[in-house]
Amino acid sequence: MKSFKEIYKSAENKIAGIAAAPGIVIGDVYLFTKEKLEISKADIKDVDEAKRNFQEALEKSKKELKKIFAIAKERMGNTRAGIFEAQLMILDDPVLIDNIIKRIEEEKKQPEYIVDDEISKYQQMMFLSNESYMKERANDIEDIKNRIVRNLRKKRWQSRIKGEVIIVSDSLTPADALLLSRNNIKSFVTDHGGLTSHAAIISRSLNIPAVVGTHNATLKLKDRQKVIVDGFYGYVLFDPTEEQIAFFDEKHKHLVQLQREFDELADKPAVTKDGKEIELLANVDVTGEIDVVKTSGAKGIGLYRSEQLLDEMDTIPNEEEQALIYTRLASRIYPDSITIRAFDIGGDKFKLFDYDEPNPFLGLRGIRILLENPELFKEQVRAVLRASVNKNVKLMLPMISTIDEINRSKEIIENCKKELTSEQIPFDKDIEVGIMVEVPAAAVMAKEFADATDFLSIGTNDLIQYLMAVDRGNDLVSDLYQEFSPVVLRTIKKIVDDAKLVGKPVSLCGEMAADTLAMPLLIGLGLESLSISPRTIPYAKRIIMSFSHADARAMAEKCTMCCYEYEIEKTIQEFFEDNQIVRTRNII
Amino acid sequence: MIERVVKIKNKAGLHTRPAATIVKIAAKYKCDFFISRNGMIINGKSIIGVMTLAAEEGAELTLTFDGVDEEAAADEIADLFERGFDEE
Repeated sequence: MKSFKEIYKSAENKIAGIAAAPGIVIGDVYLFTKEKLEISKADIKDVDEAKRNFQEALEKSKKELKKIFAIAKERMGNTRAGIFEAQLMILDDPVLIDNIIKRIEEEKKQPEYIVDDEISKYQQMMFLSNESYMKERANDIEDIKNRIVRNLRKKRWQSRIKGEVIIVSDSLTPADALLLSRNNIKSFVTDHGGLTSHAAIISRSLNIPAVVGTHNATLKLKDRQKVIVDGFYGYVLFDPTEEQIAFFDEKHKHLVQLQREFDELADKPAVTKDGKEIELLANVDVTGEIDVVKTSGAKGIGLYRSEQLLDEMDTIPNEEEQALIYTRLASRIYPDSITIRAFDIGGDKFKLFDYDEPNPFLGLRGIRILLENPELFKEQVRAVLRASVNKNVKLMLPMISTIDEINRSKEIIENCKKELTSEQIPFDKDIEVGIMVEVPAAAVMAKEFADATDFLSIGTNDLIQYLMAVDRGNDLVSDLYQEFSPVVLRTIKKIVDDAKLVGKPVSLCGEMAADTLAMPLLIGLGLESLSISPRTIPYAKRIIMSFSHADARAMAEKCTMCCYEYEIEKTIQEFFEDNQIVRTRNII
Repeated sequence: MIERVVKIKNKAGLHTRPAATIVKIAAKYKCDFFISRNGMIINGKSIIGVMTLAAEEGAELTLTFDGVDEEAAADEIADLFERGFDEE
């Protein structure tokens, strides 16, 4: 059978996007156009009637939004539902409402024209701003504007859709995604938005496969057209050929069957044929993913990316808010443990601080930002400590490159412990503090760094970028981003060996761990703990159960001698063949 | 009329939550309340208006209050800015 790569290479009917939520779906397109209705600028005769209509539309909109707000709170939790609260306030905005009424009286035009014109003015101002969050905000306001206009026309929200369809839209507001998800929606495809757009976050937490950021799916696709949506690789295939349908049908059936097998695997430990147990932990990005973790069979959370909270909450949560979130996570995962990584901000991720750096990836990010802003760091440390009462919380520091950073961080942590003690707030006095090894400097000094901390966690994404001096987002050089490069292998081996030398545990997180092809190699290199996306855990477990640790070590040994990436890949392929490991899929 | 110059003190800046708080407080007072920055003047009693202001940490805003209870309004709102909207 062909591979995904081959299928996509030859496909001329593909639309590429960003894989926002995993899954494969074959179905019919439902073009969800936001009723970009022509706004009528017609004159009106009865001003009183127009004003009454406007007030009724406002009331109707409030009712709808309150309902959405309630669904959102139930499905997404209070913090993320906050997006809708501001929208509700806008419906009561005295300045906006007065202006609109005044203009209806003076201009005697259709209220929908006045509403559209008036709210668009504010959006214009937002779009003019350089801040990216202002553009997001302008889009949120688009939602409220359209809602009023639609209600002025006494139209019903287009959210009751018959049959199982694939929603294709230019963008989805949080309200759209939520309301649509109550229908039998198989998948979402959007023109705009990235991995952190509301639509992507909601799709993931509702477990609906999604491809976002396709640029032009709404132009290329027609209503009721047959498509295949691949939420693993981020492609949409329109008018699929028989070969493609057969391929994805097979994959889909396979997924369903796998899911059944995985449900059975969930309670079993990940043990190699010769009895070596491997600890499989889950990476958690979105707080809502905890449910998936619970059913995946993970032995805990190996990486909680706390910086995601900034995105979810649209601000930096304070100590109280953080303590509440971390405590809730820790108690949900108990008796397993959770490793909370301190805010890894900077680089490409967030631009909350007003530093304009010519080279952000080599600039103020990770622990550097935290040490520059000790108050921010302290609040987070205190919140993590407060969540540690049941002794199942660990703290991890990102982007460590010097021993001095470790020492300074430990000093801050010790001070926080003293404060909490004097405030008589309970916490785990022996909380483990570890570091990410994702900078070559940390790899070189792995032994000393491991000695100075409680555990190491290898972050492959950044480590490979920094080792090879390559930006994997840059198409001109992304070929150099090689996961199976001898450089990467030897570096991982050194870190693992160094950690073992001083008797400290070492784990690995990052996309490399999620690649099932890499699994035997990483375990052969000596890793006994991997942290991967919860959805990949069953796949990983299945592979681990199909080879022996001794064989994997021999294979890894052979790989570390290689000079070329292709040699390494070939060695691994042969290992899979020799052990008759069916690579169910290397889906992430 | 009272004029106050305030600075944004919290790290996340004037995002949606503090914007809502400002508007809710302003609604309690009778006086007019305007916020200006870089020549842009917006009505502080309008949530959609305040949401158009992109004000990051360290940004300076001028608040003007005009009306019977301007004194009390100025104190309460300037204090809210002073406290960094009770955020970090």
